[in-house]
Amino acid sequence: MKNLAPKLSHDQYEKNFEEIHPPFSSNSAVAEANRCLFCYESPCTKACPTHIDIPAFIKKISTGNLLGSAKTIFESNWAALTCAKACPVQVLCEGACVFNDKEEPPIQIGRLQRFAIDNYFEKGMPKLFKRGDKKEKSIGIVGSGPAGLACGAELALIGYDVTIYEANQIPGGLNSWGIAPYKTRQADSLKEVDLVKSFGVKVQTNMSVGKNISFNELKDKHDAVFLGIGLGESTDLKISGENLTGVVNAIEFIEEVKKEKWSSVNIGKRVAVIGAGNTSIDAATESIRLGAEEVMILYRRSEEEMSAYEFEFELAKKDGVIFHFLTSPKKIIGKTSVEGIECIKMTLIDAEKGRRRKPVEIPNSNYIIPVDMVIKAIGQGAKTEFLNSITGLKIGDGKVIVNPRNYQTGNEKVFAGGDCINGGKEVVNAAYDGKMAAHGIHKYLSAK
Amino acid sequence: MVDLSVNCGGIKSPNPFWLASAPPSNSAYQNCKAFEQGWGGTVWKTVGEPVMNVCNRYGSIDYNGQKIAGINNIELISDRPADVNFKEIAETKKLWPDRAVVVSLMVESKKEAWHDMVKRTIDTGADGIELNYGCPHGMSERGMGSAVGQVPEYCKMITEWVTAVSTIPVLVKLTPNVSNIVLPARAAKAAEASGISLINTINSIMGIDLDTFKILPSVAGKSSHGGFAGPAIKPIALHMVSQVAADKEVNLPISGIGGISNWRDALEFILLGASSVQVCTAVMHHGFRIVQDMIEGLTFWMEEKGFSSLDEVRGKSLPQLEEFGNFNLLHKTVARIDQDKCIHCNLCHIACEDGAHQCIDLITENGNTKTVVRESDCVGCDLCAIVCPVEGCISMVRQDDGKEEKTWNELMAEFKKEGKDLSWENLGEFQKKHGIVIH
Repeated sequence: MKNLAPKLSHDQYEKNFEEIHPPFSSNSAVAEANRCLFCYESPCTKACPTHIDIPAFIKKISTGNLLGSAKTIFESNWAALTCAKACPVQVLCEGACVFNDKEEPPIQIGRLQRFAIDNYFEKGMPKLFKRGDKKEKSIGIVGSGPAGLACGAELALIGYDVTIYEANQIPGGLNSWGIAPYKTRQADSLKEVDLVKSFGVKVQTNMSVGKNISFNELKDKHDAVFLGIGLGESTDLKISGENLTGVVNAIEFIEEVKKEKWSSVNIGKRVAVIGAGNTSIDAATESIRLGAEEVMILYRRSEEEMSAYEFEFELAKKDGVIFHFLTSPKKIIGKTSVEGIECIKMTLIDAEKGRRRKPVEIPNSNYIIPVDMVIKAIGQGAKTEFLNSITGLKIGDGKVIVNPRNYQTGNEKVFAGGDCINGGKEVVNAAYDGKMAAHGIHKYLSAK
Repeated sequence: MVDLSVNCGGIKSPNPFWLASAPPSNSAYQNCKAFEQGWGGTVWKTVGEPVMNVCNRYGSIDYNGQKIAGINNIELISDRPADVNFKEIAETKKLWPDRAVVVSLMVESKKEAWHDMVKRTIDTGADGIELNYGCPHGMSERGMGSAVGQVPEYCKMITEWVTAVSTIPVLVKLTPNVSNIVLPARAAKAAEASGISLINTINSIMGIDLDTFKILPSVAGKSSHGGFAGPAIKPIALHMVSQVAADKEVNLPISGIGGISNWRDALEFILLGASSVQVCTAVMHHGFRIVQDMIEGLTFWMEEKGFSSLDEVRGKSLPQLEEFGNFNLLHKTVARIDQDKCIHCNLCHIACEDGAHQCIDLITENGNTKTVVRESDCVGCDLCAIVCPVEGCISMVRQDDGKEEKTWNELMAEFKKEGKDLSWENLGEFQKKHGIVIH
């Protein structure tokens, strides 16, 4: 890279990446829990994609029944710790809290959930769940992200023999590799993996399906298969200069940061992040935290069309990220390393009814922004090659098509959930899919 | 495995949580719904004399933004005919054979009337009878409810009428609106009751509307005292339960009532000797579903503490009850403030300075204020630790080694033996000898 941002001290890195939502003390947790109205048929529970009985778990915090609280949470969501820290609560449970209608701050549901779950892990994961009678059937799960873990946990508790195949050395999928470290650390995700393992689920790491074991072999070995494989490669910008040193894709960049070896991640002095989704925000805020002097987000549409959540946008602005809206990259400039990015100004024209306004270039509005690093964050494609190798499986719009009732794919033995069926949503959606698919699989196997 | 089942004076239930005789236990619909959620028993809302209710029936106090620290009511006993209630009781018991169905009764003070009600109750298949001697409003003016509970002789007489003909256990529910709760309890014992339920509600007025001058609750501009219940009355109830539980003459199983909202509250009653507990206000606030946390929380607590049955827990705290004269005068604690945890609200200083013994100094160092205990002057009253908003910031640290003990009763006996009067001089001499400085 042409201009590297100077490395920071260890303490400075730790300070930059410290949690943005610190844990409650038990005093404050109980006070906050008592503020909860304990609504009946509550809007927060409805807003949670996994439908955690939120008033019940909060009530249990108020009475000091912390194990019962954790149990209530896990009964709905096996990615409870990650969700407590990384869920976009503002648009889910907390956004639905009745206090919003009273113009009062909503109950801090995410932090309360974390309080109960932290206590559960601190207590050394006391046994809360009983496994059902052993069943003679086995399920193979591809991917140990939130969908795969949730599916594995449910099936193991029903009594099935479950093996999760994970290509990476460290399990947990995006929970381990894809969430900004100021929200969750890898250690959090690994606790959830340990919990699922405690139900008897086997997790084989360094086991890439398609490489170390063929899909057909896996399919023959098990009575059913669940795909929780997430998405594939980052989408290319398809402009010249993309091969220059200093051009990276956001997913790889975020994974590198997630190793928590901050000083070994090279970061340019001036960084341009292309795209304005939640992944772009993570890449931008992490760049700032690694010491970049100037970080900008380039987006060809306007603030209105941006897919990043409002609170993520606010966080980025607070961090000092500069937003260039209606700006599209034309080419990346540099000899061997990135030196700048040529952009063109855009304008939006009305599109067909129901579709987003369309960006078009303003002729001769090209200009060059000097940058040292370009992070591509304009989305990810499906793992098409792998998916195409599965007989009967159907893909539409880059997503695996499943029966929404039981998560079964076009191949009756194969079920799927998480990002690979929804194109990339929240951890909580994946956790819900995995759980529901497990019941789809159970029904399918019971009928056989 | 933890066993939560209880036997309260011969009335058995799978867990100690019963609905109290009150609005939530008014009908078969409600009691059956409660059983579905897990309640171990119910005391059916009092069946008896014809009554008519009024609007409105409740008043409540909020505390610092929290709803219902306590609620009072002027609702009467069941306003549905006795026949309807008995029919529903029989149906409910048939559907829920493993739960305790106790029927609360109240009729005029005539032997025949009571005999008739007891017989009809037994015919329903109910597990027990609870005699309502507690209702402090509406019924008492008609010579029933607390009018009975307040006079041990009446209490004994009516209980005798009932126990003479009852083939099922009889609990006597006491009013707290007396000067000594033990006396009606002893009367119930003398009349061969199977157990005591306490406490009923406390005479109260909930407040005055400062704009309209209305006394709350108000019935079209008229008001009267009502029965106070809910979280605020728990300490009073705990005390009365402990008095009855500790009385050797009473020596009967207890069904504890009064401000129980969760499993922790319930445990406190059980630790003071209650066999079962009864709940009303918390259900009126949040519904029958609260029992799920009660059962689960109690189970986890028992597992954590290594108890397998409530028999091992019941009355466990009772031996600590002592009269003041037997407390050790030489036990000494002082407050210690953890400066790292202190958030500098200075509430401990002002509480001690104005409300206690002026031994927490407010010191300014480099422009920052700091609260420091003058331990030599600290009387160990605990007020500062109580007002401190930070967990674990102020602790009361024991100073004596526990080897030396002298109670007031022992000291007085000593004085007597040595021919000394109880005078300030003689007391001062004792204090001086033990380094106790009063200022």
